Amino acid sequence: MPRATSDARLLIQSLSKAYAATPTNLKIIDMYVVFTVATALIQVAYMGLVGSFPFNSFLSGVLSCIGTAVLAVCLRIQVNKDNKEFKDLPPERAFADFVLCNLVLHLVIMNFLG
Amino acid sequence: MAEPVVSPAAAGGGGRLRNAFGGVLCAFTLLLIGVLAFSIRLFSVIKYESVIHEFDPYFNFRVTQFLSKNGIYEFWNWFDDRTWYPLGRVIGGTVYPGLTLTAGTIWWLVNSLNIPLSVETVCVFTAPIFSANASWATYLLTKEAKGTGAGLMAAAILAMVPSYISRSVAGSYDNEAVAIFALIFTFYLYVKTLNTGSLFYATLNALSYFYMVCSWGGYTFIINLIPMHVLLCIVTGRYSSRLYIAYAPLVILGTLLAALVPVVGFNAVMTSEHFASFLVFIILHVVALVYYIKGLLTPRLFKVAMTLVISVGLAVCFAVVAILVAVVASSPTKGWSGRSLSLLDPTYASKYIPIIASVSEHQPPTWPSYFMDINVLAFLIPAGIISCFLPLSDASSFMVLYLVTAVYFSGVMVRLMLVLAPAACILSGIALSEVFGVLTRSIKFQLSKLFDDSPAASGESSPESSTNSNKSENRNEKSETAPKERPSKKNRKKEKEVAESVPVRPRKEKRLLALPFELSVMGILLLIVLGGFYVVHCVWAAAEAYSAPSIVLTSRSRDGLHVFDDFREAYAWLSHNTDVDDKVASWWDYGYQTTAMANRTVIVDNNTWNNTHIATVGTAMSSPEKAAWEIFNSLDVKYVLVVFGGLVGYPSDDINKFLWMVRIGGGVFPHIKEPDYLRDGQYRVDAQATPTMLNCLMYKLCYYRFVETDGKGFDRVRGYEIGKKHFKLTHFEEVFTTHHWMVRIYKLKPQKNRVRGKLKKAKSSAKTSSTLAAGRKKNPWQ
Repeated sequence: MPRATSDARLLIQSLSKAYAATPTNLKIIDMYVVFTVATALIQVAYMGLVGSFPFNSFLSGVLSCIGTAVLAVCLRIQVNKDNKEFKDLPPERAFADFVLCNLVLHLVIMNFLG
Repeated sequence: MAEPVVSPAAAGGGGRLRNAFGGVLCAFTLLLIGVLAFSIRLFSVIKYESVIHEFDPYFNFRVTQFLSKNGIYEFWNWFDDRTWYPLGRVIGGTVYPGLTLTAGTIWWLVNSLNIPLSVETVCVFTAPIFSANASWATYLLTKEAKGTGAGLMAAAILAMVPSYISRSVAGSYDNEAVAIFALIFTFYLYVKTLNTGSLFYATLNALSYFYMVCSWGGYTFIINLIPMHVLLCIVTGRYSSRLYIAYAPLVILGTLLAALVPVVGFNAVMTSEHFASFLVFIILHVVALVYYIKGLLTPRLFKVAMTLVISVGLAVCFAVVAILVAVVASSPTKGWSGRSLSLLDPTYASKYIPIIASVSEHQPPTWPSYFMDINVLAFLIPAGIISCFLPLSDASSFMVLYLVTAVYFSGVMVRLMLVLAPAACILSGIALSEVFGVLTRSIKFQLSKLFDDSPAASGESSPESSTNSNKSENRNEKSETAPKERPSKKNRKKEKEVAESVPVRPRKEKRLLALPFELSVMGILLLIVLGGFYVVHCVWAAAEAYSAPSIVLTSRSRDGLHVFDDFREAYAWLSHNTDVDDKVASWWDYGYQTTAMANRTVIVDNNTWNNTHIATVGTAMSSPEKAAWEIFNSLDVKYVLVVFGGLVGYPSDDINKFLWMVRIGGGVFPHIKEPDYLRDGQYRVDAQATPTMLNCLMYKLCYYRFVETDGKGFDRVRGYEIGKKHFKLTHFEEVFTTHHWMVRIYKLKPQKNRVRGKLKKAKSSAKTSSTLAAGRKKNPWQ
C-alpha cells in the first residue's frame, strides 16, 4: 500500500512537473477547455435538477460548450510545437480555422436555440 | 455518347507534351468525364421525352413547384390537405428538403439570369447534373487515397456505373440523385481532413454532412461508417491527432446541424442510429488523453499512469454504455427505426412491417442483379482491396471498410446497391490504375533495357509479378467483346501519368515489378478489352434497361412501336372531368401521381407513414362490393382508380399487387385472411380461384366488362382465362377506361333512397316492367 501511494505521489509530481514545462499559450487554451467543460457540467447538473423541457435549449447549451472545448483542443493540437504532424501549419492559420469553425458552430447554435 | 468518345482522343494527343500540361490535361479529362456522366443519362429524354419518372419523383416535383411558387417560408409551413384525406400531411416537417431546395435554387438562379426554364425541366436535369458532380467527388476521394491516376479511373468508372445510372437518369428526380454526390463528397472531406488535419476541412465536412442529412435518410450510413473507421484506426494503433481533428468536430457540428433539419430533429440525439457516433466520440477522448499523458511521462511512469487512466476511462465508458443501454431498452423498438432494424436483421421487415417488405426495391438482390449493376467491377474489387493494403493508409483502410459495409447493406436491400456502387468504382479504379502502373512500368523498363543493355533484372521478377500476371490472366477469361476506343484512350493517358512518375521512383522498386515485355502488352490489351466490355454494358444498361419512365410505356412488336400513354390519359381525365375537391381512392403506389398530375385529393400515397390508413384501403379493395362501398363512402371517396394490365400484358398492375393489399389490410383488420384468397397456397384469378377472390372489389373493378374485349376474358399477364366473366356492379359505375384499359376509373353510386321511397319506386316500377316485378317477388312488402 505505501508503495502505491508513493507511486501515485511520484506520478502526480512528475505530471505537474511535465505540465509546468508547457508554454503559456497552451496553458491558456487548457484553462479555456477546462472552463467550457465545467460550464457544460453545470448545465447538465442544472438539467438534472430542473428538467430538460426546452430540449433544444439544453442541447444547444451543452453542445455549444462541448463544441468549443473540442475546437479548442483541436487548436491546441495544432499550435503545439512538440507535435511533429503540424510543423507546416502556421499558428495564424490554425487560429483562423478555429475562428471559422467556431463561427459556424455558433451560427448553428443560435439557429437551434429556438 | 458520340462526343465524349471522340474527344478524349484529342486529350490523349495533347497529353504528349508531358508534365507541364499534366494539370490541364487532368482538368480537361475531368470535364469530359462530367460530360460523359451527364450525357449517358439523357437516353430517357431522347428515347421518350423530358418527363418526370415513376412515383416518388412526382411528389418531389410537386413540392418543388410549391417551393418555387410560394417561397421557402411557406414551404416549411406547408400543410398538404390534398393527400392522406382526411388526415393531411405536414410536408415541411416530414420531407428531406435537400433535393427540393437544390432544384429550387437552380431554378431561381437560372430564372434570375433571365433563362426561362420551367420547373419541370430543371427537375428533369437535376439528377444528371449531380451525377457529374458525383464523379468529380469520386475523383477527389480516390485521389486522396491513391493518387491522380486512380482518381481519374474511378471517376470515369463511376460516371457510367449502371447501378447509379438506374437512379439518376434524366427525369428520375429522387433524393438519391443528389444524395450520392453528398455521400461521396462527405467521405472525401473526411479523408481530406484525416490527411491534412485541418480544421477548415473539418468545418466543410460538417457542412457537407448537413447537406447529406438534408437530402436522404441514408445519412445514417455516414454517421455509422465514420465512427467505425475511427474505431478501426484506434484498435489497429493508428491513432493520430489528425484523427481527433477529423472526427470530434464532425460529431458535435454534425449532430447540431442534423438536428436543424425538421425531419430529423431530436432524432439526431435520441435514436440508436446515432449512438455509435457518441460512443466512439467518448472512446476517442479517452484514447486522446492516454496518448497525451504518454507524451508527457517517461515510459516507466506511464505504465503506472496507464493503470489509473484505463481504470477511470473504462469506468466512465461503462457508465455511459449502461446509461445508453438503459435508454435504448426503455423504448419499444430498442430505439431503432423500422427501416434500420430491417437492415440489421434482414428478416425483420418481412415479419413485422409488410409495408416495407412489399416494396420491390426493399427485397434482397439476386446474384444476376450484381452483375447487371456493377458488372466487371465485381471482379476488380478484390484486386482493389489488395492494392489498398499495399501500403495501408488511413484513407485506404477507409475505402476497404466502406466497401465491406456497403456489400453487406446491398445484400439486404436491392436499392442499397446504390451505396455499393461508389465503393466498387473507387476500388476498381484503384485496381485498374495499379495494374496499368505495373504493366506500363515494366514495358518502359524492358524498353530501356533493350536500349541501354544495362544489367538485367529479368531473373528478379519475383512472386509479385507472377501474381500480377495471374491477375491479368484471370481477367482475360471474362472479356470477349471487341475493344472500344474510349477506354483505350483514357488508359493511354494513365500510362503517361505513370510514366511521368517513374523517373522519380527508386530503381529497386522498378526491378521488383518488372514483367516480360510481351506479357505486359498482352495484359494491357486485355484490360482494355475488359474496359470496353464494361462500357458496352453500361451504354446498353443506360439505353435499354434503366431509361423507361414507367409513366409512358412502349413495346416493340412486329408491326412497329406501340406507346402506352394510359396513365397520363387517366390523370388528365380526372383533372378535367371531376370536381376539384373530389377524393380519389387507389392503392398507395398511385397516390403521388394522382396528386401531382390530376391535382385531386387522395386517401393514401407513397409516403407510407400511416399503416392503418393504408390497411383501410387494402381492406376495401379486398372486401366484397357492398362492404367496400361502405368503407369508401365513410372516407368521402368519390372515385376509385385501379390499374389493370390484363389487356396489354403490363405485369405490375393491381391484380399482381393484390396479395400485398390483403396482407397489409389483414395486418390491421383481422377479418381479412390471406388464405381465403389463395387456392392451395397459390394465387390465381382463373376458374380455380376462391369465391372470396372472385367477389372482392379489386377483381370486379379490374375485370368488369373484360370479357367484351375478346369474348373469352383472356388475361395476358396471368396467361389464362379469368374465373368469373359476366357480372354486374351494384355499388360502383364505370366512368372512364383508358385506351389500353390500363387505368380504369369508377364512381361510387350515390346512396340508395331510404326504405319508404324505395317501396314507392318498387311499386311504380312493378307496374311498368314485368321483369323487375318478377325479380322482386321475394319482397315481403308485396
